[in-house]
Amino acid sequence: MDTLIYLILTLLKIVVILVPLLLSVAYLTYLERKVIGYMQVRIGPNRVGPRGWLQPIADFVKLAFKEIIIPTKANRFLFVIAPMLVLAPALAAWAVIPFADGWVLANIDAGLLYILAMTSVGVYGVLIAGWASNSKYALLGTLRSAAQIISYEIAMGFALVGVLMAAGSLNLSAIVSAQSGSLLTWYWLPLLPLFMVYLISGIAETNRAPFDVAEGESEIVAGFHVEYSGLLFAIFFLAEYANMILIAALTVIMFLGGWLSPFQGTFLEAAFAWVPGIFWFLLKISVILFSFLWLRATFPRYRYDQIMRLGWKVFIPITLVWIVVIGIAILAKLPPWFN
Amino acid sequence: MIKITFYLFSLILIFAASRVITIKNPVHAALFLVLAFFSSAAIWLILQAEFLAMVLILVYVGAVMVLFLFVLMMLNVNFDTLREGFVRHLPLAAFVGAVILLEMVLVVGTWHHALPTEVATGSNTAALGSVLYTEYVYPFEIAAAILLVAMIAAIALTMRPHTRSKYQKPEQQVRVRREDRIRIIKD
Repeated sequence: MDTLIYLILTLLKIVVILVPLLLSVAYLTYLERKVIGYMQVRIGPNRVGPRGWLQPIADFVKLAFKEIIIPTKANRFLFVIAPMLVLAPALAAWAVIPFADGWVLANIDAGLLYILAMTSVGVYGVLIAGWASNSKYALLGTLRSAAQIISYEIAMGFALVGVLMAAGSLNLSAIVSAQSGSLLTWYWLPLLPLFMVYLISGIAETNRAPFDVAEGESEIVAGFHVEYSGLLFAIFFLAEYANMILIAALTVIMFLGGWLSPFQGTFLEAAFAWVPGIFWFLLKISVILFSFLWLRATFPRYRYDQIMRLGWKVFIPITLVWIVVIGIAILAKLPPWFN
Repeated sequence: MIKITFYLFSLILIFAASRVITIKNPVHAALFLVLAFFSSAAIWLILQAEFLAMVLILVYVGAVMVLFLFVLMMLNVNFDTLREGFVRHLPLAAFVGAVILLEMVLVVGTWHHALPTEVATGSNTAALGSVLYTEYVYPFEIAAAILLVAMIAAIALTMRPHTRSKYQKPEQQVRVRREDRIRIIKD
């Protein structure tokens, strides 16, 4: 009986996390079109509903009623399962994300490792999608994407090693708690190079502009999902935006103090004490997400060899050097972060 | 409950592992290997060895198998030609297999340690780290050195000097100034 209640309670918690997440994914697509629209002096979607607010729903309905075309000689089973393999890890990773103090589905010890493992599994969907489509463009997109994700995962992993050294724990809640103090004790300052590397690698991991060579509309049409249509295509997009939100959440947890108030330790702390932690968490995520959209509107696509050079010859050396620096700082008990 | 989970994952593991060597398509075989890794990671999780389980997925599933698939997709192997030599190589392969089996029986058979009566408590990542860098530091360093040698060897084998191929030098590109490229004829 206890097990049953526990199971039902956990399922309810999962619903409470996933429903808002999927809603924010839908409205992130709307936000992206609006923000980029305004940045390019356009208006963006404004026809469906008041100010275009129903646009994501209209998009979804349109995609849901489109026919799913499976190419001849495609591997049917893998073709259909690939979008789910992209989406599932992106959602599964949310199990260990702490939304506020104690608000976490599974407060596991190796949370950071779990996140790394889940984000690294996401590449399989892309790989399988490209291969199962039996199409040259799709395969090209897949190969690009796989090489890119592998390269940037190393830099990302090293950036996380820095965080893990500074916090002395793999538990995400403990990492946030270790940053408490004030705006300046968050890890973005002592780990500034790692913060930048993580943020940029995160964009590369999610295949977003300016690192979107896996899709590369102007060269290989749409890369790995060129053969997909209807709901299967929609799932790829769902996964991309869910991954964006995930990377933003992770950046906030590891470098920007998670649910901690930015006014901690200042004279404004008492004035803002009534604000719940989750508000700060969501606010910080929104800022990071906005910067992702901003980047997409600002930069042209990187050339492929430049992406590889940036990942291997710039980011990995930076992270390696900074790990040593952090090691020295921890040994020296450098205040205010490591004392 | 744990027993059911264990047997479920063991069955999946055995099924996936046997499919790896029986299935025709190499890409499918690689995917079954991924499934096998996942099942063994789950079994390790039941033993509360969460660090090993996560690292298995992270390293083998997330990196090694991706590169495997990468190569398999590009090679476009015709597996029928690979299978032709099956009978011819059978005696040698059977001999090697028997030797490996014998070795494993000898190693596992002499394993006298009793099963752990209690599972680890607390973070076994921290415990593993403190043992790895103190008690086992020499084996650890030697393993690292072997990997480094293998890496250098792989690079040395595949990298050929650029004789005639043209490639860009970013440091020179960055150093270019406007005056190098354009000349204003008339203001």
